[in-house]
Amino acid sequence: MIKLENIHKSYPMGKTSLHVLKGIDLHIKDGEMVSIMGSSGSGKSTLLNILGMLDNYDEGTYHLDQTLIKDLSETKAAQYRNKFLGFVFQSFNLISFKNAMENVALPLYYQKVKRSERNKLAIEYLDKVGLKPWAEHMPNELSGGQKQRVAIARALITQPKVLLADEPTGALDSTTSYEVMKLLRSINEEGITVIIVTHENDIAERTDRIIRLKDGRIIAKEKVDV
Amino acid sequence: MFDGDRWNEIFSSLAKNKLRTFLTAFGVFWGIFMLIIMLGSGNGLENGITKNFGGLATNSMFIWTQQTSIPYAGLPKGRRFSIVNEDIGAIKREVSQLEVLAPRNQLRGYGGGNNVSYNNKSGNFSVYGDYPEILTISPLNITSGRFINQLDLEEERKTVVIGRNVKEVLFGDSNPINENVKINGVYFKVVGVFESTKSGERADRDAQTLFIPFTTFQKAFNYGNRVGWIAANAVASASAAKVEKDITAVLKRRHKVAPNDDRAFGAFNASVRFQEMQGLFNAISMLIWVVGIGTLAAGIIGVSNIMLIIVKERTKEIGIRRAIGATPVSIVVQIMMEAIVLTSLAGYFGLLLGVGVTELIANALGPAEGRTMFTNPTIDLRIALTALAILVFSGAIAGLIPARKAIKIKPIEALRTE
Repeated sequence: MIKLENIHKSYPMGKTSLHVLKGIDLHIKDGEMVSIMGSSGSGKSTLLNILGMLDNYDEGTYHLDQTLIKDLSETKAAQYRNKFLGFVFQSFNLISFKNAMENVALPLYYQKVKRSERNKLAIEYLDKVGLKPWAEHMPNELSGGQKQRVAIARALITQPKVLLADEPTGALDSTTSYEVMKLLRSINEEGITVIIVTHENDIAERTDRIIRLKDGRIIAKEKVDV
Repeated sequence: MFDGDRWNEIFSSLAKNKLRTFLTAFGVFWGIFMLIIMLGSGNGLENGITKNFGGLATNSMFIWTQQTSIPYAGLPKGRRFSIVNEDIGAIKREVSQLEVLAPRNQLRGYGGGNNVSYNNKSGNFSVYGDYPEILTISPLNITSGRFINQLDLEEERKTVVIGRNVKEVLFGDSNPINENVKINGVYFKVVGVFESTKSGERADRDAQTLFIPFTTFQKAFNYGNRVGWIAANAVASASAAKVEKDITAVLKRRHKVAPNDDRAFGAFNASVRFQEMQGLFNAISMLIWVVGIGTLAAGIIGVSNIMLIIVKERTKEIGIRRAIGATPVSIVVQIMMEAIVLTSLAGYFGLLLGVGVTELIANALGPAEGRTMFTNPTIDLRIALTALAILVFSGAIAGLIPARKAIKIKPIEALRTE
């Protein structure tokens, strides 16, 4: 599903540049649930941004579902993101002036799906994450766990091939974190590839495979024993 | 561009931020409101002063004789002379581009004595000897009966048309038609009553006037073939100043006046006056537009400014939208449409209220006969629509800058703003 070969990325920092990713080779299979771990500064967020087409890379190749993702125009990137990827963020990133249902339906707006159909689907996905009764609530009326579940429903509504989660449990207590992980696991079992960036071991252990980054290089790819 | 969803998206983001929307809209609203009020006032002033002129044909002129100032053909300077009936035919033959030519005479109540009477009532009024053509040059509103006509002139009938004030003084509420009034000892039959089309002092003067046939006037008051002065109207395409010159040239030749004697004739040329006034109005309206557009521009810059702040404030929202698949174009369209909708809507209400207020003032001032310099201060629809078009265009411009800024934000940077 995802194939990275020798990915390099550096950020210009004044006169010098910061070499963040120093040759990443990674292969993630269809339907896998993988976690990327590393201390801050290890390059894990950069890697996720590249995977999410939110950022460009300098060298190497990135194939997503046999499509080469390189030097995309913003418009093209937006279309691929919309078609292939679902995002879940640490800070949820819901739009504050839209209710849960409208937030979930928003990606479909950019796919030009009709409003009534959009909202019907949004309710369906909210039901899937157990939040159907909360459809009309605004984000500030929801708890952290609920917000994250709304965000997950939003990520899923476009039926993406890959779900990218950046510290999805970072702002949640452990009980809620496990619930969210359970939800992500059930999504994975439906055949969606899930990639989670985290720095919590107990979260990483709930995935199939842990990829450890340090100083811009992969230092370990461990299978998790269940 | 016009699908319902986009509108929904625009209206929901405007409606969910009411204070911001209101403050933004107010600048534009105020700008267009002031523009309309000022344009309306300018128009009111122009209408008022034009009305005061009383529909006097704009290419009309009046010419009379004065004293010669240069000796010529053996005649001394300081000579007085009169235009005579024969001159009229000569002018008509020789001067082209004349639409109307009417000789006139006037009788005043000399020494302030009353010159017009009916039964035991009398008054001091102006009496004119005229041709029917005079109405083309200086229109009147005939309220009952008729004006003097060609037959009156040919048969030298003793008929008279009287002004509103004359009728009130001599007849009160009774019907003056077919009654006989005495003018300087001669009886004339009233055939009509008129109202002035002018306003202010000129209207008062008109109301105290009587018209009798020109030919009758000369006979009845022993004027022989003398003409007091001539009124003329140039054809629309001609220059009134040139026609005036042509007429005086004919008169100079026929009366042995030196061709370069400019003081032998006096003239009032309406077109020159009109041009002066038009120049003044143009200057006023130019000023109004400059100030108005300035006010409007301030409002629009305000919108642009607030839109910039909005974009900054919405960095995160824009980032989220882009992460979930919004293309840069759709973001630009959204920001620009928000600005356009906001300015158009605010502008529309400003326009509506501005037009409403000017109409209200117009109503309060009442119709034309007001003795004021200010009449009908409204603007025409074309100008209103032009202003609205300018507004929508400026709305687009106001949206463009923030929109360009919005797409420069990279989604990751946007999402990182915590």
